Formats: sequence, C-alpha cells, structure tokens
Amino acid sequence: MATLAIPENLVYERPESFTDVPTHYCPGCTHGIAHRLVAEVLDDMNLTDRTIGVAPVGCAVFAYNYYATDFVEAPHGRAPAMATGIKRVQPNSIVFTYQGDGDLASIGMGEIVHATARGENITVIFINNANFGMTGGQMAPTTLPGMKTTSSPNGRDVELQGYPIRIAEMLATLDGAGYIVRRSLHDPKNIRLAKKAIRTAFEVQNRGLGFSLVELLSTCPSNWDMSPVDSLKFVEERMIPYYPLGDYKVAPAVTAAKI
Amino acid sequence: MTRELWEGNQAIAEAAIRVGLEAYFGYPITPQNEILEWLSRRMPELGRAFVQAEAELGAINMVYGAACTGARVMTSSSSPGISLMMEGLSYIAGTEVPMVLVNVMRGGPGLGNIAPSQGDYNQICKGGGHGDYHPIVLAPASVQEAVDLMPLAFDLAEKYLTIACVLLDGSIGQMMEPVQLPEMREVKRKDFPWSTTGAKDRKRRFLTSIYLEPVEEEKTNLRLLKRWEDIQANELRYREYYLEDAEIIVIGFGTAGRIALSAVRAAREQGIKVGLFRPVTVAPYPYARVAELASKAKALLVVEMNSGQMLEDVRLAVNGRTPIEFYGRLGGMVPFPDEILGEIQRIFKKTPKVVDDPTKVWLKRMNALVK
Repeated sequence: MATLAIPENLVYERPESFTDVPTHYCPGCTHGIAHRLVAEVLDDMNLTDRTIGVAPVGCAVFAYNYYATDFVEAPHGRAPAMATGIKRVQPNSIVFTYQGDGDLASIGMGEIVHATARGENITVIFINNANFGMTGGQMAPTTLPGMKTTSSPNGRDVELQGYPIRIAEMLATLDGAGYIVRRSLHDPKNIRLAKKAIRTAFEVQNRGLGFSLVELLSTCPSNWDMSPVDSLKFVEERMIPYYPLGDYKVAPAVTAAKI
Repeated sequence: MTRELWEGNQAIAEAAIRVGLEAYFGYPITPQNEILEWLSRRMPELGRAFVQAEAELGAINMVYGAACTGARVMTSSSSPGISLMMEGLSYIAGTEVPMVLVNVMRGGPGLGNIAPSQGDYNQICKGGGHGDYHPIVLAPASVQEAVDLMPLAFDLAEKYLTIACVLLDGSIGQMMEPVQLPEMREVKRKDFPWSTTGAKDRKRRFLTSIYLEPVEEEKTNLRLLKRWEDIQANELRYREYYLEDAEIIVIGFGTAGRIALSAVRAAREQGIKVGLFRPVTVAPYPYARVAELASKAKALLVVEMNSGQMLEDVRLAVNGRTPIEFYGRLGGMVPFPDEILGEIQRIFKKTPKVVDDPTKVWLKRMNALVK
C-alpha cells in the first residue's frame, strides 16, 4: 500500500526549559513572551541543567513554577544580591534574575547598581512596563510623565513625583557593566531582536565576560486599562520615545568575542 | 594544639574558616569590623567567596542565595546592621535554609554607640523579623567560648535548617585572650536534598518562602515549630558555678555572666553561699533548669547589660515561686564586679520578697544612681 509521506516540519513547540504549567499572566501581557525567549535561549545554549534562576517579587514571583531549571525566590528587589550569593559559590552555574521595574528600579536600586558595579557575572532580565503590576498598577520609577496610575490618579506630576529613571542608560555608566541593552516586545521584529539580545547576555555570562542586563519594554493591559493591541501601540508610540531602544554598553571584551 | 593570643572578632572569623566556611558576605560596622577585615584577606587566599556588600540588606541576601546552594555561609554585623538584616533573616527562616549570624552587640536604640551591650536579646531570641520562627542563639562569655561555639553554630544550623546566631558584645569581640583554635578542615559542601545547584541528572528544585495558600503556610509554621521543639529538647547548653549549696543564684549570660562570676567568687570569699547560672543557649532558653534551681534557692539575682530582657525568661521559668532581683546597666555601660557584689550582699542581708516586676525596684535605685 502506498502511503503519502509528509515530512514533518516542526516550527514551534514548547521549549524544554519550560515546565508543563500554564502561566498566570493576564491575556495580552508580554511577560509570557519574555519568559519564552529566555527559555528558548536556555534550550539553544543547552544550559537548562546548569542554570539557577532568581524570581522577583512582582508579577513574575511565580517564575519558578514555569522554568525547568532550579530556581529561588528573592525578597522584593534583592534578586541581584541573591544571585551574587549563588554565583560566588557556584561560579560554573548560569545565574539569572528576572525582575520588574518596581522590584529592580525602585526598592532594589541599591542591589542592582552594586551588582553591576562589581561586574557580577550574572544576567538580568528587566521588565519595564511602567507600573507596579502585581499590586494593582501603582506608579513605578519608570511611569511616564503624565501617565495615570492608581497612585498617580491625575497623571504623574514630575513636580511632585519626580522623573522616570532610564535604567539601561544609568547602569551603562558603570565600569562593571559588560552588556546592557534595551529592547521592546511590541512586534515580531522587535521580539526577534530581543531574543538575540537575551542570547548575547547569556553568552556574555557563559564566557565569564561580566554583568549583562536586557531591559525589555513590556505591556500591562490590565493595569493600563487598554486592549492588548492598544498596549502594544502604547509601547511603540509612547514608551520607546522616552526609553529609546539600543545598546548602551557593550564592553570591548564582548565586542571582541563576536557573539 | 597550642594556645595563641587572639582578638575575639578575628578568632571568630578564623574559627569559621577552619570549620569550612565557604562564603562570607558582610558590611562594615563597629565593633565587628575585624571579622569582615580578617575574612577579606583570608577567604580569597583560600579560594573561597568573600563580598563586601553595599549594605546589610545586600549582605544578608547574598547569604540567602549562597545558603540555597547548601554552602556553609555566614555574615556578621552589630546591632543597627542586624536590624537591617531582619527582612532577609525572616525569608531565610521561611525558606528553611541554614546560615550562621554573628551579632557583636552595641549600645542602642538608634545609632546608639559602639560600647558593649546586650540590648538585642529580645530582637534575636524572640524571632527578629516578621512571621513565626525561632533562631538558635548562642551567647559566649569569652573568646575561647566564642571560638568553640562557631562549629556548633554551623552544625546546628545545618542539622535543623535554621538560623544559628552567635550573640556577643563588643567587649568579647574586641578583647584579646589566649585561645585554642580548631584544626583546619576541608571545605565540604553537604549534599542536601533541597539545594539549588543546577538540575543536572535530577529533578529541578526551587526554594521559596511563599505559601499563598494559608493552609500550606500553617503547615510550614507547624513544621518550623516541630523543629523548634526538637531543638528545645536536645540543644540546651548552660554553665553552672558554685551552685551545689547556693542560696542565692545569680543568672547572667555572656559578658554580664562573666563579670557576675567575679562577683560570685568575691562573695564566696566572704562566706556568702552564692552561685552562678550562665545560659549558653539563650534561645532555646533553659527554662526547666532555671525552675529547678530556683526551687532550691532563697533568691535569684538576674544581671544583664540591658533593661531586663532575659529577666522575662527567668520570670517565666520561676513563675513567682522564688523572689527575683534584677541588676542591669544600659546603653553601653558595663557593670563592675563590685556593683554586682553589692547587690549580692544586699540580697544576703535581707532576702527580698516576691514582687510583680523586679525592674521597678531596680529602676528606683538606678534613677538615683544616674542622676
């Protein structure tokens, strides 16, 4: 009997670095994309069984449920310190933190600045969605001027509430920084560029080239009170002008490594 | 092995190294800087981890991370710095990973001063950070005892997956005494069934202190409590001096206990039947032993370098059956043996009555003294 053989061409599957657990994220939120990009990179680099992740306090607090790697869950903002403790006693492990803007840019500013300054050989995935997601959409250090949140109901007034902090630019001023870039998750092209940056960041760590951080502009449809599509437009039209995409620090050793 | 002259802080640091300290994370604060400084030189030369953190918050969370891998890890600080570590300590307790904390106490509250004090007894013995947990707290009265308690602290922390704190004051940290240090041991990482070291050839692991379902948190609390019961049953340690025929029993821990011993010896020379009970584990507290001793004594005298924090534990043990007097110096003041001897003589001349709150009579005398 003749059979018609159709060669299977698998183009999309669940990364092996993921557990078989559905995430708790809101529909349209880009956390899922960011998670997946990290998992794909761990797969591609064959790092799953060497990796220890550090989850933040924030929407990604349960990240440890979704990755097939070892994981710990840090106090709010302290992930870079925990990652430091792990990396210093497990120098051959791959250690990454996954932190939001409340966690990293507000309460954890001390920890992230000094982990960068020490050139701590860890990777930080930094989600910038311009608000505190988990606690219900309060103003974050990254909230745009004039942007309404539950704790800046009339819009962020820079006279009273100060200005947003551009983390990638700020950390890039530190000599300890190895690779610091900002990418966005608002369309497929930018998602591909984000994955490339995440890959580079983990390569930097894997080759012992120092501190790496990828800031990802992300959406928060629930707290922004926007549809997922409008949220993506907001990132493109409002966030990118304030937080320009780009490579803010690529240390000479990273350039030389031609990753 | 020979006895050598060592400064307390440095001896504590070297003792930790010799019993396999794999990582230290700390931040400068007086009067414990010599621990950090000693380790900043010794750890790197031995190929072990040392980081001077940006703050106590960073230090304790580096400890937390390293503890999650099962590494033998410690930090040290002094009173205000310990306050800053309380967040991390609570998380570490909630995650059930072992660590050793050294608190070289100083006068407080607030910035206070850098003089010896015992003002942090309640803070660490009654938990410290938020939530339901009990650290083990060991209180040395000499440099040798501090050195001897370091390996015990690590062993207990790892046995019970808890925080073990060595609680001393600036005088023991700063003074030099002849000590015998432990032999140098190899660093050997214990293979705990929970340590997050990378999921190679095994199922993945994660460590967290979050239990979103209250019933799971309650189970965790009960598990911690069961471990605390075991610790209370098996790990009590104390020292007794001249108690066989003692009618007056002085109770003090750490430096206050050591100074009280001089006063007890002087009183013995005057024919006063007095002895000293010095708890070494102040958490768990040796309640039953204190109760037993109190039942045979005419009166107790509790001596502390605080406002009567351990006194509350003694009162709990004695439960009004024996008169208790209190003598405390505060804010970095250290009692002289003569002051305590005077208290012993006063009690010897006139046995005190059982009162509701022994600190009230003491305060009356203190206020007259300090004026």
